[in-house]
Amino acid sequence: MAKVLMRGNHIVAEAAVRAGCRYYFGYPITPQNETPEYMAERLSKIEGGVFIQAESELAAINMVTGASMAGGRAMTSSSSPGISLMQEGISFLSALELPAVIVNMTRGGPGLGNIAPAQSDYFQATRGGGHGDYRNIVLGPASGQELANLTFEAFDLADKYRTPVIILGDGMLGQMMEALEFPPEVSLKKLPPKDWVLTGAKGRPSRILRSLLLDPVEEEELNWKLMRKYGKILREETRWETYACDDAKMILVAFGIGARIAKGAVKRAREQGLRVGLIRPITLWPFPSKVIKDFSKKVKQFFVFEMNMGQMVEDVRLALEGAGEVHFYGRPGGVILTPLELVRVISSHYFQKKLG
Amino acid sequence: MKKVFSRPKSLKPTPFHYCPGCGHSILHRILGEVIDEMDLREKIIGVPPAGCAVLAYNYFDIDMGEAAHGRAVALATGLKRALPDRIIFTYQGDGDIAAIGTAETIHAAARGENVTTLFVNNAVYGMTGGQMAPTTILGQHTTTSPGGRREDRDGYPINLSEMLAIARGSAYIERTAINSPSNILKTKKAIAKAFGVQLEGKGFSLVEVLSPCPTNWKKSPAESWKWIQDVMMLHFPLGVLKDVGDKPR
Repeated sequence: MAKVLMRGNHIVAEAAVRAGCRYYFGYPITPQNETPEYMAERLSKIEGGVFIQAESELAAINMVTGASMAGGRAMTSSSSPGISLMQEGISFLSALELPAVIVNMTRGGPGLGNIAPAQSDYFQATRGGGHGDYRNIVLGPASGQELANLTFEAFDLADKYRTPVIILGDGMLGQMMEALEFPPEVSLKKLPPKDWVLTGAKGRPSRILRSLLLDPVEEEELNWKLMRKYGKILREETRWETYACDDAKMILVAFGIGARIAKGAVKRAREQGLRVGLIRPITLWPFPSKVIKDFSKKVKQFFVFEMNMGQMVEDVRLALEGAGEVHFYGRPGGVILTPLELVRVISSHYFQKKLG
Repeated sequence: MKKVFSRPKSLKPTPFHYCPGCGHSILHRILGEVIDEMDLREKIIGVPPAGCAVLAYNYFDIDMGEAAHGRAVALATGLKRALPDRIIFTYQGDGDIAAIGTAETIHAAARGENVTTLFVNNAVYGMTGGQMAPTTILGQHTTTSPGGRREDRDGYPINLSEMLAIARGSAYIERTAINSPSNILKTKKAIAKAFGVQLEGKGFSLVEVLSPCPTNWKKSPAESWKWIQDVMMLHFPLGVLKDVGDKPR
């Protein structure tokens, strides 16, 4: 397929439809409104396609739950305050072991915040976000192409593990236009059958999908089952990218659009003779702790950049278990910094540690 | 000897956990009968609420998917849109539908969502131990309206079914009661009517059932039936509140 030029919020929608998503439920919120707008148009032209503009994000996530119970590929998208409202539903999706794809084009917070790009929902996404002991698969795309690929794969991951998958983008990724190539459209008939869906008890025993487990032993068993599943996801689905790490004396860790800025900073630093590299976690949960720990055998200085006040930096520290020194620089509130500004901060730490 | 009475096929052989005199047991029974009589067992999917009837899935031998408190109709919307040829119903209490889930319910009715809701109104939060409900009537004693519900302190009860009847997307709204054999039979007929409305694709249907909660009302089952008749019905009059009939919306 030829390359197309598209806005991130449209890319998400088109990639979802190509992955077999036929059920979209959402509520308007900036900076992601182009996704529901695109879906309203696109799904109206597909047989069986359903688009509902819900009365709230609470309703939207529960409509997703219903369509998922029926076996469909369902999604919603929102931005930070709306994602907060969906946390109840995401907790239920996890407990009910239902696949769903949730896109968060993060904006500045807390509270109503603003509509500028931010990465301040990292904790919320990677720690579960709602009540109870659960995790979501969290994907952190850094470009339009990756947004398309990860959205497409998110539906397979959600079905394979029967778990919600969160695509953690930001206002910039949603609004920015980039050239990309879409994966070919899947055939719904070729998707693996689901033997747990609610369709009416025809020719089989009736089924129950529930998350109320009054017997603590039963509830504990569900938690063990979820933990076994999360262990498998951790082993098989952890993804990351390394850049210019081979001879690095200092390694940057950044994700999503922050990593895009960090990569520019690494290029500039390299031009100035600074031996710095970049590790970019692509799955934010499961977090690529092992690759970071492995690098600590030859690199002792780590530098984390985020568009927040320091959230992923905690995962980097946990990964290193004290095996390296961690520096942090963050710009919260929706402020976008340039690679030039970032390279100044990096070089200051680099020379203070006498790496030059 | 001829067998004249047995368990509906749509009910599992599981004894109900409900309190003596509770309306849920009777409602489960007649709902099971309707599902059998309309031959819906293989195409119906139920959404139980958070509340006393949350364990409904232990009793009905049909597909059921549990919703978060108040979100049943939103979940039912997702189910129905994905499976338009199935019959989808929610089973919700007054707190579930008329407090925490008011928005979901009103908007499902406004959209004309082609699902059926059974709204069990017992004027009290039963499962949590008898707190004031959105439908607790003025003067009624609950654990959170000491001395009886007072409008100046606690506000007024909500007449949700009347509100839903105004919604342009609702097709059939009826209020019935479980407090006499004849009213129980009327309730059964109303449920069948509502499912029929859904089968014909007319839009949102709801049956509100005034239902006894002797435990939290601190009354005997017989007193509870009488209280529904003498007190509850003054605030929540029975009858068909809306029937679009064959008129197009």
